[in-house]
Amino acid sequence: MTNKLSAALALVLTGVAMVAPGQARAGDQAAGVKIEKPWTRVTPPGAKVAAGFMTITNTGSQADRLVGGSVSLAKRIEVHEMSMKDGVMRMNEVANGIEIAPGATVVLKPGGYHLMFLGLTAAPKQGEPVKGKMKFEKAGEMAVEFTVAPLGAKSIGDGDKMTGGHEKDGMDHGSHHMNHGK
Amino acid sequence: MAARTLLSRIRLALWGLVALAAFVAGALLLGHLQEAARQGASLPGAARFGGDFELVDHNGQAFSSEALKGKPHAIFFGFTHCPDICPTTLFEITKHLEELGPKANGLKVFFVSVDPARDTPEHLKNYLSAFDSRITGLTGTQEQVARAIKAYRVFAEKVPTGDDDYTMNHTAIVYLFDGQGTLASTLSWEEDEKTRLAKLTRLADRG
Repeated sequence: MTNKLSAALALVLTGVAMVAPGQARAGDQAAGVKIEKPWTRVTPPGAKVAAGFMTITNTGSQADRLVGGSVSLAKRIEVHEMSMKDGVMRMNEVANGIEIAPGATVVLKPGGYHLMFLGLTAAPKQGEPVKGKMKFEKAGEMAVEFTVAPLGAKSIGDGDKMTGGHEKDGMDHGSHHMNHGK
Repeated sequence: MAARTLLSRIRLALWGLVALAAFVAGALLLGHLQEAARQGASLPGAARFGGDFELVDHNGQAFSSEALKGKPHAIFFGFTHCPDICPTTLFEITKHLEELGPKANGLKVFFVSVDPARDTPEHLKNYLSAFDSRITGLTGTQEQVARAIKAYRVFAEKVPTGDDDYTMNHTAIVYLFDGQGTLASTLSWEEDEKTRLAKLTRLADRG
């Protein structure tokens, strides 16, 4: 597992190093994303899946992609899009990730784009933020902390009061960027 | 010149009449449909929904569609490996049943799994324990479930995901059946809460 992870990390690093020359110039902001309000919600007992939501803004000057990530209480994460047409709910994995144009903001929310937490190893509990890492094609990995909303919440802070008082969005902007190039 | 103007005025007036006639006809039809709906007439094509099935409830007991006869009920299809719409629908219905209170005691709600391979009765029971006790989970063998899916004209398909896993695409409409076993209305995810509650109230009142 650790081996796999470091192998994957090495691969990502190599990938980044390979594309780095173009973006490492003079401390530019070529790649950068801001993640706001990462949240998930309580699942029914025995649930094996959960969904994660957040608002992502591309603060860099080039298009980036959310390609995946990891979360402490699930075996893996996939980026999915839900759609409703003629009363049929469809769930599709967004194969190449979600593209975010420079300056654009993408909102992952119920009924649309979301992170699918697959193979839950523990149930999300209110008041216990869930640690995770989001992986972007250019900006690399960013640590996030998902606030846990109540069962059935449609947005963060929806309906019932949030317990635990975790008002901060759990982000530590910037400092978790991978060190591109150099 | 004058004759021309007159003609075009007449033409305009005639078109105006056509528009008015169309509007009146439309309004009459709408009024008729609304009246029909108020009187409890079923939806167009309602007879094609529903039918006989044999399934297994979340307590592991055989459950036949016979048990639904004469009882207003809501029925929808989903699965527990569903991150969004299924738990949300169950949650919303739970809220509505609580709002309706004892009035909804005669109203049964059924959540039919489209994924019987993973949704065993025990698993359904545990999963549904987070929701209103008037919601019954139904599952069965693949064949039993396939038959129910067909009877209710529900769409369900497996979608492979990574790691040999899969998710399901499925119809997410909640069907509301009256005591005569006729499709009376539907609830949808896109409707606002008030509309859904009003429909459930009407179903509970009408029986």
